[in-house]
Amino acid sequence: MLFFIGRRLYQAALVMLTVALIAFAMFQYVGDPVSNLAGQDTTVAERELLKERLGLNDSVLEQFSRFVINAVQGEFGVSYRMRVPVRDLIAERFPATLELSMMSAFLALLVGIPMGVYTALNRDSWLSRSFMTLSLIGISLPTFLIGIFLILFFGVILQWLPTFGRGEVVDLGWWSTGMLTGSGWRSMIMPAITLAVFQMTLIVRLIRAEMLEVLRTDYIKFARARGLSERSISFSHALKNTLVPVITIIGLQIGSLIAFAIITESVFQWPGMGLLFIQAIGEVDIPIMSAYLLLIGFVFVVINLIVDILYYTIDPRLRVEK
Amino acid sequence: MKLKSFIIAGASALALGALSLPATAQTFTFAFQADAQSLDPHSLNETFTLGLLGNVYEGLISYDKDMNKVPTLAVGWEVLTPTKWRFDLRQGVKFHNGNDFTAEDVVFTWERMGSEGSDQKTLAGLLENITIIDDYTIEIDTPIPNPTLLNDLVTMYIMDKEWAVANNATESSSPADAGRDGSYATSNANGTGPFMVESRQPDVKTVLVRNENYWDDSIPTNVQRVEFTPISQAATRVAALLSGQIDLVYPVPVQDWSRLDNADGVKALTGPEARTIFLGMDQSRDELLYSSVKGANPFKDPRVRHAFAFAIDVNAIKETIMRGAATPSGLMWAPQIQGYNAEANTPHPFDPDKARSLLAEAGYADGFTVTMDCPNDRYVNDEKICQAVAGMLAKVGVTIDLLAQPKSQYFAKVLAQGGYDTSFYLLGWTPGSMDVFNVFNNLLACRNEEGTVGGFNLGGYCNERIDELGRIVASETDVAVRQAAIDEAAQILKDEAGYIPLFQQPLSWGVRDGVSVAQRADNVLDLRNVVMP
Repeated sequence: MLFFIGRRLYQAALVMLTVALIAFAMFQYVGDPVSNLAGQDTTVAERELLKERLGLNDSVLEQFSRFVINAVQGEFGVSYRMRVPVRDLIAERFPATLELSMMSAFLALLVGIPMGVYTALNRDSWLSRSFMTLSLIGISLPTFLIGIFLILFFGVILQWLPTFGRGEVVDLGWWSTGMLTGSGWRSMIMPAITLAVFQMTLIVRLIRAEMLEVLRTDYIKFARARGLSERSISFSHALKNTLVPVITIIGLQIGSLIAFAIITESVFQWPGMGLLFIQAIGEVDIPIMSAYLLLIGFVFVVINLIVDILYYTIDPRLRVEK
Repeated sequence: MKLKSFIIAGASALALGALSLPATAQTFTFAFQADAQSLDPHSLNETFTLGLLGNVYEGLISYDKDMNKVPTLAVGWEVLTPTKWRFDLRQGVKFHNGNDFTAEDVVFTWERMGSEGSDQKTLAGLLENITIIDDYTIEIDTPIPNPTLLNDLVTMYIMDKEWAVANNATESSSPADAGRDGSYATSNANGTGPFMVESRQPDVKTVLVRNENYWDDSIPTNVQRVEFTPISQAATRVAALLSGQIDLVYPVPVQDWSRLDNADGVKALTGPEARTIFLGMDQSRDELLYSSVKGANPFKDPRVRHAFAFAIDVNAIKETIMRGAATPSGLMWAPQIQGYNAEANTPHPFDPDKARSLLAEAGYADGFTVTMDCPNDRYVNDEKICQAVAGMLAKVGVTIDLLAQPKSQYFAKVLAQGGYDTSFYLLGWTPGSMDVFNVFNNLLACRNEEGTVGGFNLGGYCNERIDELGRIVASETDVAVRQAAIDEAAQILKDEAGYIPLFQQPLSWGVRDGVSVAQRADNVLDLRNVVMP
């Protein structure tokens, strides 16, 4: 097991290094940061000087190796635009993104799993059909559209919920949480739903498909023949056996919830990492972009690791294999 | 016993009420599309950053709501010789930390503006020396007579010397210095203005509170607390206003104006901005970088430039794309700019037939193809304007390959650092000093190698006579002589069609009913003029 984790960490380092290298190669094409950092009346010579001092005249490889050497020491540079160390910025924004994505993952599972099981067990009921239709809509509507609809309906027309930001936050040491205040919870509702819709529909459809597969197998028929209760068959026999692929997908989806909360965060001006990243792209804030991409690489690697470990606990067969 | 606790409860309720009422009643919230980059008033010479900081810091002189120059930290001035000015400073002014404002702070500020990390070195260079006569009198020497000195001093925000020394912030810090020692002023502020920075989380929220000891009791505002949130998405920004969470947002997309006007409790606030939108053409290269014409540069021929100007129907762009809210312009500077002359401002006539015949005369009867560079997130509806221009030029036979890009890429390509890599482009310009000399210096002057003059003359337009006139505009203190030089240059520019001015773009704010604000032509929100219901 330790060996397994060690090997994974080694792979993680490789993945992150590759991500960083690709990122740096791309930064050459995102534009010139200095045009956003100098005023209109700043002379060409002064702009050149700033560019030189930021190290932007060095070659890609030089910039890359400087970044890696610093990153290894836990140093990610300073945001050009906000003039704050990137490490602090990410630490400040990470709680917002994590709370949002965990809340939507929770929502997606809480609603998605029962809906999936229900639609698999009662395939022809009208409720199942309407669930399936809804899930089709959910899977095909773009996230920003759902967000804008929610804002329009609950924010602008009904004026029930705040349309942007995180509300009041409480600082618990270095972690700022919005989950201890009323306005924090109210602010969370719409972004969490927006982010959860896609995952939720994915889970419904996945669970349904897997359940239908499993329900056709011999051991379910045998369980029925043994006279077990429907409830025990559906949940402890059928559902449990659908979980391996479901967990893989959910794990990867949580990664993408964190990484790709970008759209939801920018629609709701949610002060998380996604918003930080998308604004950094607009302003060519290279230190933020590189640190963010690296961090996301890391998050994916860690989640994959957790998923692999979960396999062991859920499916005994895998334990024997290893 | 009962009575006693009742009294105590009542008293504390009263006390609570007294404490909390003013704060909630006069909290003003506003949103802009981006955040100020720094609290250091000398580290970025950009309108929004300086505009926000103008509520915290102050200069010797400032603009009132109509862009008139009013004495601020200076109470009066006198021109001793053409290159020597005396300023009397305001007495009894205190910085937010309680320190007195004196002549020493002015000198310190000037030195700080010239420090390496400063973005106001050009401005600092306009002064040669500041002499302290006494604590409240200074004399400023300028290298050449400077008729626009007062304008230039507006963005010279005075910082407290003692505070800067105590916090190791005596030099302005550029983005390259951020996070190191000496960048204290990037996230802390201590000015003399009517508002003090209470807290700031970059890109998330900045809270200002009223400075109770502010020297000027006559400012109209009743705001006690200001919460500023940057909201980058236009739709989210407008929704925040419509849903009642924010009192003022800007900019509002012009296509949303009718929506605001139809909604209850909010309105669109619009007016002409001092920013002129214009088209520029590469007139310096012998062959255009991006054109079907080889071996020649069609833009060197004034007939071609005039043909372009004749082909563009500015009024149509104004009506369709800008919803009627743009001011067609014949000049490269707006009415609010010092040196403007209404008589010279006739827009170029629209005449596609004339355009076609001019092109034929110049030898391009079948037209030609040229690439147009255009930003798509910098000015109001910038990409749409470029598309319209392309459509109009197509009608006279000129094919435009439109390259519309985000501002970071656009500026990286077309500005000096990208080697002026453009053949035909759209740009907007507000002279920072609100004086026409800024336009001469940046846009009209022949570009030199070092880029110290004509740095934004991306097309390399060059006319020796305009350069001569520019020198007069720079140093002539006689208003009539100066105006004559400006008018002559404007006429030359028009005759040669060196640039094609289109219009001044509109200011576009969304405001809650009952909140009174002054919309300044430079798109600055001055909190001194915000009055809450």
